[in-house]
Amino acid sequence: MKVGIIDYGVGNLGSVARALEALRATPVLIERPVDMHLNDCLILPGVGSFTDCARLLDQGGWTDAIKQEVRAFSRPLLGICVGMQLLADFGTEGAIDGDPRGTPGLGFVPGSVDHLSTLGCTLRLPHVGWNEITRGETPDNLFDGISDGTDFYFTHSYAFAATDPSDVIATTDYGVPVTVAVRRGHVWGTQFHPEKSSRAGFRLLANFLAGPQC
Amino acid sequence: MLKVRVIPTLLWKNFGLVKGIGFDSWRRVGPVLPAIKVYNQREVDELVLVDITLCGTDETPDYESIADFGQDCFVPLAVGGGIVNIEQVRRLLRAGADKVTVNTAAYTTPSLVGDIAARFGVQCVVASIDVRCEGNGVWRTYSNAGSVPTGREVIEWARELEDRGAGEILLTSIERDGTMEGYDLPLIEAVAAAVKIPVIASGGAGNYRHMVDAVIQAGASAVAAASIFHYTEQTPAGAKAALAEAGIPIRQTFSAPALEI
Repeated sequence: MKVGIIDYGVGNLGSVARALEALRATPVLIERPVDMHLNDCLILPGVGSFTDCARLLDQGGWTDAIKQEVRAFSRPLLGICVGMQLLADFGTEGAIDGDPRGTPGLGFVPGSVDHLSTLGCTLRLPHVGWNEITRGETPDNLFDGISDGTDFYFTHSYAFAATDPSDVIATTDYGVPVTVAVRRGHVWGTQFHPEKSSRAGFRLLANFLAGPQC
Repeated sequence: MLKVRVIPTLLWKNFGLVKGIGFDSWRRVGPVLPAIKVYNQREVDELVLVDITLCGTDETPDYESIADFGQDCFVPLAVGGGIVNIEQVRRLLRAGADKVTVNTAAYTTPSLVGDIAARFGVQCVVASIDVRCEGNGVWRTYSNAGSVPTGREVIEWARELEDRGAGEILLTSIERDGTMEGYDLPLIEAVAAAVKIPVIASGGAGNYRHMVDAVIQAGASAVAAASIFHYTEQTPAGAKAALAEAGIPIRQTFSAPALEI
């Protein structure tokens, strides 16, 4: 299976590719939007800041191309960390004055991305380290075989605030409930890093690869 | 609940891992790759890998070696040593690093920490601070692998790095490093109280009790250690068991027989 990793200039691409190889998939670093269609599914990685990443997506011609790939060709997409945040309508990290809602994202999962402190978190930030997840009320196959209480690796200061609670498929507790995985249709996102969450993350990535659409 | 991390520190010089005492008297402790493989298999919470040959030189990071080291590392890998610009960070992230540690260049290129944070997010920058105690609750920082006094007082420097965009502080006591006599608890406590970002205690761990103390007494978010794992029978798993015994939340390992790594 060919898994396209969108290389828009940020992200721990090496780590994502390694994890996929270990799962016997074939990772392909995609450096041009035109090459996206050659893959069975797509991963939007992320180690970055929302506005910078959104700008890089725009400048590279990725934004419209990803929307087309996902909407018109139903290509399954997994966003990781900032890659998940970019699935939202808006993000406030690094936003330049203008729209108070922030910088536009890809708009696949309705919602916005805000600093954890504005979401009520008073603990030390960034939220970095291993934290346990609780799955949402509707079971999602991304978490098959992964029980509540499983620890994943997080490192972030901003978090997803989904408009529709049914899009939230997992949360964690960091002083406040934090949305850590979302899904709408064949678009998934995880705030934690499955590629760096050892065996638990492998299981999750295997679930994504095994998904009926992928 | 967020778990307290146990982080083996791997210092890398030329072709192998080394460990010193007080940032000096380096001893070889083995090759890098097998160490990373073993730590990965044992599911340590995170690894810090610092290339100490590069500090203060003009050489670029050894991306190829980092790519080799990252090949079998499926826990977070922080990479440091000689990083002076954000293009190096981009290449390290491509090679397999998940975040970087910056030390000397934070003094010589004040904009670097902020530049990395702006491009890759604050969570990508671990500010490494090496410190000596001057007595009376005053600690001063050193650059270039502990060899050059900067004149900076640690609290003020830690706050400055936090303001610039550091996501974590790796705080090492030069005097305690390699001694296995315990962390400098007042130092960790003072810095952890002064900043809102996580502080990783480093330098001096010799037994599990030292790690418990760093967390409970001094408020460390994570504990880094090297000698204890290189030279004694104590292990990261043992450390986590001891932390758990003391009531500290630690990560549970995930069992997935079909997904051996």
